[in-house]
Amino acid sequence: MARFLIRRIAFAVITLWLLSVLVFLGAHVLPGDVGRRILGAFASPRAVANLDRQLGVDKPLPVQYLNWLSGAVRFNFGSSLAYRQPVSSLLGPALLNSLKLAAVAFVIVVPLGVVGGVIAALNRGRPLDRIITVSGLSGTVVPEFVSGIVLILLLGIVIRLFPVTATAPPGSGALTQLYYLILPALPLVLVLFGYIARIARAGMIDALDADYTRTAYLKGLSRRTVIWRHVLRNALLPTIAVIATQTGYLIGGLVVIETIFNYHGIGQLLFTAAQQKDFPLIQATVMVIGVVYLVATLLADITYSLLNPRIRLGGAR
Amino acid sequence: MSTASVPVARPRRVDARRSALAERLTLLLHSPTFLIGAVIVLFWIVCAIGNTHLTPYDPLATNPLGKLRGPSPQHLLGTDSLGRDELSRVIAGARGILVVAPLATVLGTAVGTALGLVTGYFGGLVDESLMRLVDAFLAVPVVVVGLVALVALGPSTITVILVIGVVFAPIIARTVRAAVLSERDKEYIQAARLRRERTPYILFVELLPNVMGPILVEFTVRLGYAIFTIATLSFLGFGIQPPAPDWGLSIYENYVYITGGYWWPVLFPAIAIASLVVGVNLVSDAISQVLDR
Repeated sequence: MARFLIRRIAFAVITLWLLSVLVFLGAHVLPGDVGRRILGAFASPRAVANLDRQLGVDKPLPVQYLNWLSGAVRFNFGSSLAYRQPVSSLLGPALLNSLKLAAVAFVIVVPLGVVGGVIAALNRGRPLDRIITVSGLSGTVVPEFVSGIVLILLLGIVIRLFPVTATAPPGSGALTQLYYLILPALPLVLVLFGYIARIARAGMIDALDADYTRTAYLKGLSRRTVIWRHVLRNALLPTIAVIATQTGYLIGGLVVIETIFNYHGIGQLLFTAAQQKDFPLIQATVMVIGVVYLVATLLADITYSLLNPRIRLGGAR
Repeated sequence: MSTASVPVARPRRVDARRSALAERLTLLLHSPTFLIGAVIVLFWIVCAIGNTHLTPYDPLATNPLGKLRGPSPQHLLGTDSLGRDELSRVIAGARGILVVAPLATVLGTAVGTALGLVTGYFGGLVDESLMRLVDAFLAVPVVVVGLVALVALGPSTITVILVIGVVFAPIIARTVRAAVLSERDKEYIQAARLRRERTPYILFVELLPNVMGPILVEFTVRLGYAIFTIATLSFLGFGIQPPAPDWGLSIYENYVYITGGYWWPVLFPAIAIASLVVGVNLVSDAISQVLDR
């Protein structure tokens, strides 16, 4: 287990380092001078040169990268140009908000998706299976801003069931906060439902066709016992691993959802940074998003290997 | 004798191939999923081609005195916040997305296929390092990569195509690589190697036709996501630029008014986007089902 863990963490660190290079190059090598891009075409060359020196972008690229990296590992990403605050002080609260929203979405979608997939698999080939599969897949391709807007219209304006903003009034309790987060979470639920249902369905079908299932039936066990005791346990393992990889899609959706609902999360932070061409903030948010994704997949792999002793990769034997 | 047998054998092989194709096409045409999807997509293609010939008004003509008017006999879908006819904008909006998304997907598929063929066929260090780079790339959602790249490059139709194409390439490369891995040790490849065929010949003439199925499926799936991503980027203001009648952009321009009850300039483009992505998705789902048989 320890060796598997070390290997996995090492991969995550390498991936993260590569990501940092990509992000850095993305922000720096592309045509155009950083200071000029921020100040616009009408700024004086002197102001541009000054800003370049302030940002340290007049130094050679490798030096800039090392400076940035040595700051980043100490969680010091420099100062935001738009907010005029240290980037790190912006990241914490935003990340916490986004995690709250993501958690609400996951709590709704995971049981729904798993149940949907299981029902589809138990009705394999029948119309109900096709309906769940096709409507689930259709949900995954509708952009979140489209479903978000339609849901705001339906549940926020036509029937005034939910508030149309995600941020509860300051000082409100946890339940009120939760209530404000349900409507923003629904578009994310729509996007994720199809994936989770599909994986759960595939896992179920594999388990239903497996030899041990046939054996269980031949032992004379009832269908109910076979499904609860033998099929479900084996079927839902891969689902766990896949759910974590969906955090990537989830964060992509957060950019849009947080913008529509004016919710101060990491997605809105990135969007504001993008609009303001605030490169230190852009780099930091992208790195944080990458870290969140890698931690999520790492946790998923660990859970998966704990639950399934058959694939403890590189483990002691 | 031998000269006589050749012309007989050849047409037969072509026939067999053609009938396999015909069989798949028949299967497709009998699939309700495909038919529904194809009708929706065709509808929008007609709108994209017809463009301003089909619209009742000029989609760009503003009318300061007729802002945000509800649906009426004059303006069937109402007018937007600049008084432009919503029906005309919805019809004309099909063109932008139906040009940009397929071009971006073609670019991504071409680059991704080349990458996947090379890395899958050669394996080793090149493969390992490229796949690690792809992993790093995939740790960040496509919308976020697109957003950052478009900030750096400046949003325009060309940069949107380039960025989406480049972002999709590694994802497509992964699929192609997996398909190549299952093919590269088969006998026909070994035979080609023994014949001392040149590597590009093996890659593009021997391997490529045999991994076309997964590539085709991946292409249609990616096309759906290209529409998804480009619409999202346009909605965020980093995709197709004003005054184009793009759907995502229209929603961006008008969604602040929905709390005031002005739902039409937002709902109709939203329905347009949703129907197009669902249509493309139905078609791609049907194709992958037929090819899996």
